[in-house]
Amino acid sequence: MTRRLVAASLVSACLAACVGSHGGREVQVVEFWGMGREGEVVAELVPEFERRNPGIHVVVQQIPWTAAHEKLLTAHVGGSLPDIAQMGNTWIPEFQVVRALEDLTPYASRSATVRRGEFFDGIWETSLIDGHLFGVPWYVDTRVLFYRTDLLREAGFANPPRTWSEWVNACRALREKNRNPSFKPILLPTNEWPQPVVLALNSGATFVNDDATARFVDPRFLEGFTFYLDFFSRGDAPVVAGSQIANLYQQFGEGEFAMLITGPWNVGEMRRRLPADKQDEWTTAPIPARDGAPYPGLSIAGGSSLAIFATSPRKDAAWKFVEFLTEPEQQVRFYELSGNLPARRAAWDAPALQKDREMAAFRTQLDHTVALPRIPEWERIATAVFEEGELAARGRFDAAEGARRLDVRVNAMLDKRRWVLSR
Amino acid sequence: MSRTPRAFRSEARAAVVFLLPALTLIGVFFVLPVIAGLVLSLTDFDIYSLGRTADTRFVGLSNYAGLADNGVFWVAMRNTLYFALVGGPLTIAVALGAALLLNAKAARLKPLFRTIYFAPVVTSIVAVAVVWRFLYHPRVGLLNTLLGYVGISGIDWLGDPRFAMPAIIVLAIWKNFGYSAIIFLAGLQNVPEELFEAAKMDGAGPVRQFLHITLPELAPTFVFVSIITAIGYFQIFAEPYVMTPEGGPLNSTLTIVMLMYREGFRWWNMGFAASIAFVLFAVVFGGSLLSKRIRRRSSR
Repeated sequence: MTRRLVAASLVSACLAACVGSHGGREVQVVEFWGMGREGEVVAELVPEFERRNPGIHVVVQQIPWTAAHEKLLTAHVGGSLPDIAQMGNTWIPEFQVVRALEDLTPYASRSATVRRGEFFDGIWETSLIDGHLFGVPWYVDTRVLFYRTDLLREAGFANPPRTWSEWVNACRALREKNRNPSFKPILLPTNEWPQPVVLALNSGATFVNDDATARFVDPRFLEGFTFYLDFFSRGDAPVVAGSQIANLYQQFGEGEFAMLITGPWNVGEMRRRLPADKQDEWTTAPIPARDGAPYPGLSIAGGSSLAIFATSPRKDAAWKFVEFLTEPEQQVRFYELSGNLPARRAAWDAPALQKDREMAAFRTQLDHTVALPRIPEWERIATAVFEEGELAARGRFDAAEGARRLDVRVNAMLDKRRWVLSR
Repeated sequence: MSRTPRAFRSEARAAVVFLLPALTLIGVFFVLPVIAGLVLSLTDFDIYSLGRTADTRFVGLSNYAGLADNGVFWVAMRNTLYFALVGGPLTIAVALGAALLLNAKAARLKPLFRTIYFAPVVTSIVAVAVVWRFLYHPRVGLLNTLLGYVGISGIDWLGDPRFAMPAIIVLAIWKNFGYSAIIFLAGLQNVPEELFEAAKMDGAGPVRQFLHITLPELAPTFVFVSIITAIGYFQIFAEPYVMTPEGGPLNSTLTIVMLMYREGFRWWNMGFAASIAFVLFAVVFGGSLLSKRIRRRSSR
């Protein structure tokens, strides 16, 4: 720990020496790691922050998404973490376990702007571990239904499906009406976990119990999982992995499939890549609800939070930057620059978001998201869900056997966690 | 031997001094990490251990025992053997064929072809993957278009568990044969011309010349090429990783090193990943010993 502190202070001393001081006043240098496009965009927000806080200089380091997770972990081991970083929500439990994160609960309780009610519930909860806050939601990413309005209309559906049975009927109608031999009503890539997980959430699945045991052999998981697998067995969805789809946008534009479940980044991609004459033929809708449940259905709450590292000697300055980035005005600017959805409710009143046709579904969905299990093993568990789902989709076994296999696999993954919890 | 013990001692001391830098480097950067890896493979070092070292258990050989029960490990092992045992000999055969063509007296534009054969070896695998993914595309890919002319259609190369590994093998052969071909070419150029002249005088045709002169003369090159290829192919990672990052349909292209990467760097199960590394080491080491024994027997 001390070695880490020494290393951190050496780095900061160097940074301070390099940057010097503005107008003879002491300047604190806050290092921020941003991922991918967000890392580029945040640099454009920094000047306004520095204008308001002349005593703080923010250095933005951009890290590619593909390397981010490994880089953060090795930086933690090597004692070279920055003061603050953008963190994928599913990483927060992991970095909390390795004790890299500062507990932000006291900061938030003192803050005038960062307050729970201001943010969407599901997304706030993703950064909450045992009642302690380890990150402040920056932007959210949820999954909704993207669909071809023209194809659904031709099949006799003027509106997107609102319930599971409407969804199944729409798929059947699409299959019967469409003449294209390679057409499938819906695309559910078998190498992606959000689709089966979203459907299982709608039947009430919790995946893991509080005592770190698996919960897949459970009617509440099985119902959604079976519903997912039935898309394949009825021939509504092709059994293909995402990597087999050479060009998703081209195939969606050509009407090879009419629906898919995906996230906000694809709104921008669709607008860029679909041909102009197809631009008015697609839109988004919230996830259909399980029969008998209120509309809309539930979806997952992903995205990124802003986390401050426990090793940072400038936590107050870093917290100021967190407050700045999450204030409604900056959230809207960030949305305009990057297309990432604001985590803060007030930001959604901005005209840029209000007038956007595709954003309405996301706004509705954000009030109906559920936080996933906040344990370091979650990504592995999610991977197991789609792996067993793929085997079942290919007819190796049925949904019940898939759930049984998941219970065995996930219980083995959680063995260490149970032991740690028991200590 | 008129050396006095004293002279011997000073000579030995000099030798130690000369060897020390190299031995230190090998010790620090090779021996120690290997020992650390071995110790790691006997623990359950994972993300919890990173948080608190005390949350590490010494688990003896249970990581290794766990491998034996792990279905995915056996799938990866089978895939790796499939890849090495099918892809290896084919790569060597193609490399030898290319080298013979390049060495043929009738061949024109040799430098051009040498460059063409070697280009895939030095091309970035990521760029290669983009192009090959289009070649393998089930609908618009060049390969299926060509197969369509002879009445075969609709093979989903990377998506069908039966074809994904063959597709990766073809890519790996194309990517790697150039290296072995250049070494074979060097070997071929070292075969004395007189042997062929003598054989011709004795009435040996091209086939007999190839079987009785070229192949035996190339034996040392064969040994080198086959060992290098086998070691490389048992550790195959980049080709399947870029083509099918998740391990392909039903893990049909998941190799041992891909599994190790997934367990170690994605899930941070370092102890378990280390045990996979040692099993792979044992397999490669055993394979090399076996091939050495076979060669010794056949040369006897």
